[in-house]
This record gives sequence, C-alpha cells and structure tokens, in this order.
Amino acid sequence: MADLSIVFAGIKAPNPFWLASAPPTDKAYNVVRAFEAGWGGVVWKTLGEDPAAVNVSSRYSAHYGANREVLGINNIELITDRSLEINLREITQVKKDWPDRALIVSLMVPCVEESWKNILPLVEATGADGIELNFGCPHGMPERGMGAAVGQVPEYVEQVTRWCKTYCSLPVIVKLTPNITDIRVAARAAHRGGADAVSLINTINSITSVDLDRMVALPSVGSQSTHGGYCGSAVKPIALNMVAEIARDPQTRGLPICGIGGIGSWRDAAEFIALGSGAVQVCTAAMLHGFRIVEEMKDGLSRWMDSQGHANLQAFSGRAVGNTTDWKYLDINYQVIAKIDQEACIGCGRCHIACEDTSHQAIASLKQADGTHVYEVIDDECVGCNLCQITCPVQDCIEMVTVDTGKPFLDWNHDPRNPYHVTA
Amino acid sequence: MIQPLSHLPHSQEDPATLAARFSDLAPPLNARQAHLEASRCLYCYDAPCVNACPSEIDIPSFIRNIHQDNVQGAAQKILSANILGGSCARVCPTEVLCQQACVRNNAHECAPVLIGSLQRYAVDNAHFSGHPFQRAATTGKRIAVVGAGPAGLSCAHRSAMHGHDVVIFEARDKAGGLNEYGIAKYKLVDDYAQRELDFLLGIGGIEIRHGQRLGENLSLSDLHQQFDAVFLGLGLAASKQLGLSDEQAPGLLAATEYIRELRQADDLSQLPVADRCIVLGAGNTAIDMAVQMARLGARDVNLVYRRGLEDMGATLHEQDIAKANQVRLLTWAQPQQVLLDDAGHVCGMRFSRTHLENGRLVIGAETFDLPADAIFKAIGQAFDDSALVDPLARELKRQDGRILVDEHLRTSVPGVYAGGDCTSLDQDLTVQAVQHGKLAAEAINAQLMLNVEAA
Ligand SMILES: Cc1cc2nc3c(=O)[nH]c(=O)nc-3n(C[C@H](O)[C@H](O)[C@H](O)COP(=O)(O)OP(=O)(O)OC[C@H]3O[C@@H](n4cnc5c(N)ncnc54)[C@H](O)[C@@H]3O)c2cc1C
Ligand SMILES: Cc1cc2nc3c(=O)[nH]c(=O)nc-3n(C[C@H](O)[C@H](O)[C@H](O)COP(=O)(O)O)c2cc1C
Ligand code: SF4
Ligand code: SF4
Ligand code: SF4
Repeated sequence: MADLSIVFAGIKAPNPFWLASAPPTDKAYNVVRAFEAGWGGVVWKTLGEDPAAVNVSSRYSAHYGANREVLGINNIELITDRSLEINLREITQVKKDWPDRALIVSLMVPCVEESWKNILPLVEATGADGIELNFGCPHGMPERGMGAAVGQVPEYVEQVTRWCKTYCSLPVIVKLTPNITDIRVAARAAHRGGADAVSLINTINSITSVDLDRMVALPSVGSQSTHGGYCGSAVKPIALNMVAEIARDPQTRGLPICGIGGIGSWRDAAEFIALGSGAVQVCTAAMLHGFRIVEEMKDGLSRWMDSQGHANLQAFSGRAVGNTTDWKYLDINYQVIAKIDQEACIGCGRCHIACEDTSHQAIASLKQADGTHVYEVIDDECVGCNLCQITCPVQDCIEMVTVDTGKPFLDWNHDPRNPYHVTA
Repeated sequence: MIQPLSHLPHSQEDPATLAARFSDLAPPLNARQAHLEASRCLYCYDAPCVNACPSEIDIPSFIRNIHQDNVQGAAQKILSANILGGSCARVCPTEVLCQQACVRNNAHECAPVLIGSLQRYAVDNAHFSGHPFQRAATTGKRIAVVGAGPAGLSCAHRSAMHGHDVVIFEARDKAGGLNEYGIAKYKLVDDYAQRELDFLLGIGGIEIRHGQRLGENLSLSDLHQQFDAVFLGLGLAASKQLGLSDEQAPGLLAATEYIRELRQADDLSQLPVADRCIVLGAGNTAIDMAVQMARLGARDVNLVYRRGLEDMGATLHEQDIAKANQVRLLTWAQPQQVLLDDAGHVCGMRFSRTHLENGRLVIGAETFDLPADAIFKAIGQAFDDSALVDPLARELKRQDGRILVDEHLRTSVPGVYAGGDCTSLDQDLTVQAVQHGKLAAEAINAQLMLNVEAA
C-alpha cells in the first residue's frame, strides 16, 4: 500500500487529510471524534482575543443541484464563540492524547503587534504543531479590522506574518482569502513575511438564494440577511486555479501549499496535490456527511497511488503544475474533434441542440423512419470545444479525439496571425 | 342488474375490502416523489418520448416545469396538447408509449422516467382557479359531435376554444365514453371521468344532449343539414361473437357489459361473482376483466387465449398485473363448446388445443374441459353498424368495418369527420382518441375559417 504520511512545512501527519478550521474543529469533542475516524490533522477553529465572538441564528444556507445535492454552502458564522482559555486548555489535552496527528491552531487577532505578541506564546505552550493565520474570513470580522481586511492588503499580510515568525517558533501557515483579484499578490506577501506555507482558499463572498415570499436573501436572520462565505464542491474549480497560480509563480516557487476548497473525495484531493498541494483541508464535505468520509478518501487515494506506482505523495505532488501555462503558450495547431459512440448514445439530442443553438452547428440530427434521431458529428465543423461532451448525460459517450493536423507546434506568441507575434 | 349472471351469488367480501381492492392501482406521487422523479428527466431535444406520445405532449417541458415548482405551468402544457391529460395519465399503457421511448429506458440506463405519474401529478395538483383556456371570439359556427367519449369530448373542447358552438349527441345517460363505462375501475377512481368532464366543459360553448342515438332517434343527414360540421366519435359499441351455439346462455356475456355495470355500481358487494370463471381474449380488456373478477373475490380465474403469451395484445405490464392477481394465463386453446348444466346455465367450456404449423394456427384433435360459472368474452370490440343507417350515413366509406378517414380525420362525406375507435386509423387507445378529436377540430376549424374568408 502507498505511504500516505507527509511532512508539510515541517509538520508531520499520518495522512494529508486535515480538517479545515471551522465547526468540525470547534472543540475537543469534535476533534477527538475526527482523530478517531482517522483524520491526519486538524486546524482548530480560529481563536481570537476575549471576549469571544457572538454568533447569530440562522447561519447557513445552500446552493442545490437538481437532485437537491448540495453544491455549495454559505455561512455567516464568526470565529470561535468560546473563550480563549477553554480552547487552549482543550488543545493542550488533545495534542497530548494524539501526538501523531497534526494539530494546527488558527488565529485571528487585531492587526496590532501587541495582540500577536500576547497570544502567540499562549498557543505555542499548548504543544500545537503550527499556527494558521486566518486572514480570510470574509464577513463580520473585517468590520473590526481583521480577517479579509488584512488578507486583502498585501502589506498587512506580510507584516503580520513577520510578527508571527518573530514571536513564535512554530511553522506559520498563512490562509489566503479568495476575495481578491490576484491571489499571487497575497501569496508573495506571505512569502516575503517569512511564511512557512500558505493554505487556500477560505470562503468566497456569496448570497446563495433569495426567499421570494419574504423577499430576503438566505441565510436570513429574522427579516434580514447579509452576505456570507461560500464553500463546498462548487468552489473547487476556483480553489484549484488559485492553487495552480501560486504553484507556478516563480516568485513563490517551493512555498508549501495546503489545498482547501470543495474537497470531498480522494480524487479531489489527488487533483489538489497534483497541482502542487502538500496537504489538503476539508470542511463542507465533513459537515454534510460526518467524519467517516476520510475512510473512503484514504482508501481511494492509496489504491489509486498503487495503481499508478506512486509510493508516496511526493511522487506525484505538483506533477500537473508544469503542464499548466498561460493561454499564449498553448499549441494553436492542436486539434480535437468530438466522436460519438453510437452504441453508448441514448439519443437525448442534447449534444445536437447545444451545438446547434450555441456553438458551431457541428452535430447533425438525422431523423429515422421510426421518428427517433441519430446524432452525428460533422467533423469539418467541429472546433473541439467539448460542449457536447459536457452536456451529454452518458459518461464517455462522446470522446474528444485528437486529429493529426500535420502542423508543427505553434503558440500564439509565434503565430503570424498575432500582430504582436515574436519574430525569431 | 347483469341479467346473464342473475343466477350467481354476490361477492362474499365485505364492502371495505372490496373498496380497497378497487382503489388506485398506481397511487399518486407526492410532491417529493414528483420532484425526485422530475429530476431524472434529461430534458431531451426532439425527445423520443414526445414522438411516442400519440397526443404529442411536450413532456420535457412539462417535467421541467414540475421540477421548477411550476405545477400549473406543467398542467397547462399537458392540457394544451391533451385536454384529457388527467385520465390519459392514469390509463395510458405508458410501457408501450412514452415511457417505452424514454431514453432512460435504454439498456445502458436504469428505468424510464415515470412520465405518466408525473403527468398525473401536474394535472391533479394544478388547482386552477378558472378554466385554463380561453374561448376565441364566437364564430357563429355550429358543430355537431356524436358520442361523448374521449374523441368527441376532445373535438368539442378544441372546437369551443376556436369560438364555435358545439352540441354533443350522446346515447347514454353519462358522458365520458369508455372512461366512464369501460376502463378498469382501479385505473380511474373517485368518479374521475365525471370530474374531468366538468373541468372540460368549463370552457363553455358545449351542450350535451343525452339519449340521442345515431341510427335510432338521430340521423346523419339531419345533423349534416343543421350544423356546419359533424364529428363522429362513436367508439366500438358491439362485441365480437364467438360463433358458437349457446352463446346466449345465462352465464356467458361480453366482458365490456360486466365492466360497465361494475363501474357504475355503488356497492360492489351487490355484484354477481363467478367463483370459477373463464375470460376469453388476449388484450387489455381481457386482463382488466380477469383482474377485476379476481379482485371481486373469484378464486379460479382463467384467461384463455388461442395463441402464445408473446402474441397477446396485452402488454407485459398488464400480464404482470394479471399474474399478481392470481389470474391463470392459459394459452394455445380455442373455445369449442359452451358447456351447460341441467338448468341451462353455463358450467364450463370445452377447448381444443392449438399449435402452429408453418406459421398457421392449427386446431388439434385434443380437447379439454374447464369448469366455470361464467364465461366472459373479451375477444374484441366491433363497430356497431346500426348507427349508420340513414342515406347519408350509408354513403360513408368503410374500412375493415370501421369508418374510413384520412390523416385530417375527414370521412368520405365532405363536412363529416370521425375519430377514435370507430375509425380505421391508429390504435384503439384513449390518448389516440383524444388526439383524433383534437386534430379533427383543427381540420374543421381550418375548413370553416377558410369558408369564412372565401365568403
Ligand atoms: C374494457 C376496456 C378497457 C380499456 N382500457 C384502456 C386503457 O386502460 N387504456 C387505454 O388507453 N385505452 C383503453 N381502452 C380503449 C379506450 O377506452 C378507447 O380507445 C377510447 O375510449 C376510445 O374513445 P372513443 O371516444 O373513440 O370511443 P368511446 O370511448 O367508446 O366513446 C364513444 C361514445 O359514443 C357513444 N355512442 C356510441 N354509439 C353511439 C350512437 N350511435 N349515437 C350516439 N352516441 C353513441 C357512446 O355511448 C360513447 O359515449 C379500453 C377499452 C375497453 C373496451
Ligand atoms: C461554517 C463555517 C465556518 C468557518 N469558519 C472558519 C474559521 O473560523 N476560520 C477559518 O480559517 N476558516 C473558516 N471556514 C472556512 C473553511 O475552513 C474552509 O476554508 C472553507 O470552508 C473551504 O473548504 P470546503 O470547501 O472544504 O468547505 C469556515 C467555513 C464554514 C463552512
Ligand atoms: S443542525 Fe439543525 S438541529 Fe443542529 S443546530 Fe443546526 S439547526 Fe439546530
Ligand atoms: S448528448 Fe450524448 S447521449 Fe445524448 S444524443 Fe448526444 S451523444 Fe447521444
Ligand atoms: S425521453 Fe425521458 S428523459 Fe428524455 S425528455 Fe422524455 S422523459 Fe425526459
């Protein structure tokens, strides 16, 4: 069996599956249950200065798919609503009882040196393996000069990271907010401040829906609402891109990345690792299904690694980064076209109408004597956009087949059709 | 009172048990089930299910409406194509129509979308505050419809919608045709045919005159003279005969005759029940008869057919219902003789074994007797010629005994249209009759409006 253990930013863990700082890691009771279930580590629910935050009711709302599967959830919770003292006591005990698991403490205190200087020794005294700086919480806290407010100002990120490195010997992970235009700017700032790693993404500003009877957005608190933070499966594509952006940024090359956002299966995790993550964190999937999901994640990942001959995570970590590039470096002469497996096709016509109405009119609908239709790709019209494959309800029914154009590799930088092309 | 069976005892079951046995065969979906099922629909384009629905209901669209909590929109979509969408949802053999064609019925998939159940859900839960269709400005044209079955009612509704005034001439006391008098009781419960009729008449402009029988107190010549167009939706009022002696003996009757009484009975425990009975036939009517007799309490129900199971007109789904009700399906046996007891009542039937020889059905020498207290004929319905006796009616061209029509439902007599079972076109199904009525109304309207423009 493949070895799932990791050393991430100097922190050891038996597997790369950590619970993100959130309700699942709110207190000893949850964290112990998570460790019993097999999680490799946890990032304790964000601590702050006393008095503890106060939460409202209700707190979550969801964006659903057609079968009421939860695509994403939105929350308006704040950091821990329990006192610092209780949290620190519990952290100390849990770390003592579970020495082999990674226990990271998430922190958010005001952006003044004094505050950090005060809290860091207390955290270090718990025996925790590292700290994570929550600069990302996109609601509530910013109004008090913390959270996203810090995460959105690169100078603050750098400054706070540096204080932490100064007043604490533990590895410092900087958790990034996605609510900015270029994630690399924040990662570079953390890097300059001396961060041992970055973790991303925190939640994305969102409103999931509106109650049209009451004319109030969700989740609602009485007759009012406010925007919250979006997470869960729907944010995975955004998180993956941000992870890749940092992984391939020369300025932060080698900076360990902890991938977060929409991870619910071993495959999700493997994708984050392939794009440069050394560990992953999970929140929503655990909130929806409980801690037991880690079992299938571990089993699936190690079986897949075995099938690929990867003895450990380093064997494939970052392997997809090199293949991620800027648009201008893509091969303009590369061509795929759709090919329909007529045996697998169930005749729903979705590929046809999608291409006909919104793409390149490249799928012919051939009416049969019995009134049904056969769908055929018109090779010459197909531009290889993948839309038909995406809308086809039958997996693997439409294959995008590479065609030999006979033309050499040519990127837009060198394409004569580009008015600014590079002339050799 | 069912005269040929007056010598038989009544059902031994108590009324509550009987009522339960004749309640909804396929119970309705609740909101959650409907939502789950609707989410299985792929919203196909040029959807095969629509192609397979004789009334061309836009199935993907109505299901998407259900899924988006727009139940009224769904119902309106259904009813705009099929004004009897409620009863069709209950009686259509979906397993050979829309659901057969559903792409999710493909071998690579799981099971078809339950289109019929969703259709019922939409129509049952739409709760329109008024009739959902508006009549066009009145045209002053008058249309006679003969027969208030699905075909006639559909034609009347669509014609009224186009602004014409409609008079329906119906022989029986109640309208609805076989929806009222023929469909298995557990498929259309709670007086649905009459409730649907009330809804349909809600459009206005339709008058029904009962006790009016074409060929008796009504002639096609008169109607043709008095109205701008005539639509015949006469159904198949006659039952096919076995051609055996003693066919009139007490204990032997047409299945449709019994079902008619069954459907009208307020108290099922007052119906005569043949503890041992034989149903002759192979279609859905035969199955309906056998199953209903079994549910009334008969313990020994034999459905006998002269060919094999695979040749039966009844769908596999219907055959399964029969088997689940302990109906025995006996194949390869041909009725030879009605067996009578001393009192002259049916006491059984003699059959000859049959087999195929070079593709032809051959009646062998071997015979066997099956005891029975009653024999029900369900070997098919036939057009009742007595309806077409006046001079103009006799001019109507016929095909296989039925009225010949073209694809616009026009008969050979200009201004006279026909649809449903009484025509030679398409299958004998409720939904097909509705489609005929609708198309005939469109053809009539096009013709009448053409005449208006020309005038
Ligand atoms: C027992 C049985 C079970 C069936 N089960 C199903 C089923 O489950 N699903 C399905 O899709 N189909 C079923 N069918 C078929 C379906 O009922 C018919 O296809 C459908 O009713 C045809 O409609 P119609 O309007 O053409 O005729 P009918 O429904 O037969 O209506 C004809 C109307 O005309 C009236 N009429 C007849 N002669 C005259 C006259 N001379 N003058 C005035 N009025 C007259 C009749 O009283 C009747 O009201 C079944 C049929 C039978 C017999
Ligand atoms: C209810 C809730 C509360 C959260 N609280 C915190 C928090 O206190 N500190 C923090 O850094 N992230 C917090 N998060 C963000 C998660 O740690 C994580 O970054 C985010 O949910 C994305 O991961 P996921 O898609 O696996 O849920 C919270 C998320 C949720 C749903
Ligand atoms: S999950 Fe439901 S029951 Fe539990 S605290 Fe939240 S609202 Fe209450
Ligand atoms: S979308 Fe897929 S299943 Fe549907 S018609 Fe096209 S190829 Fe066939
Ligand atoms: S064929 Fe089936 S899946 Fe497709 S539209 Fe019709 S009901 Fe929906």
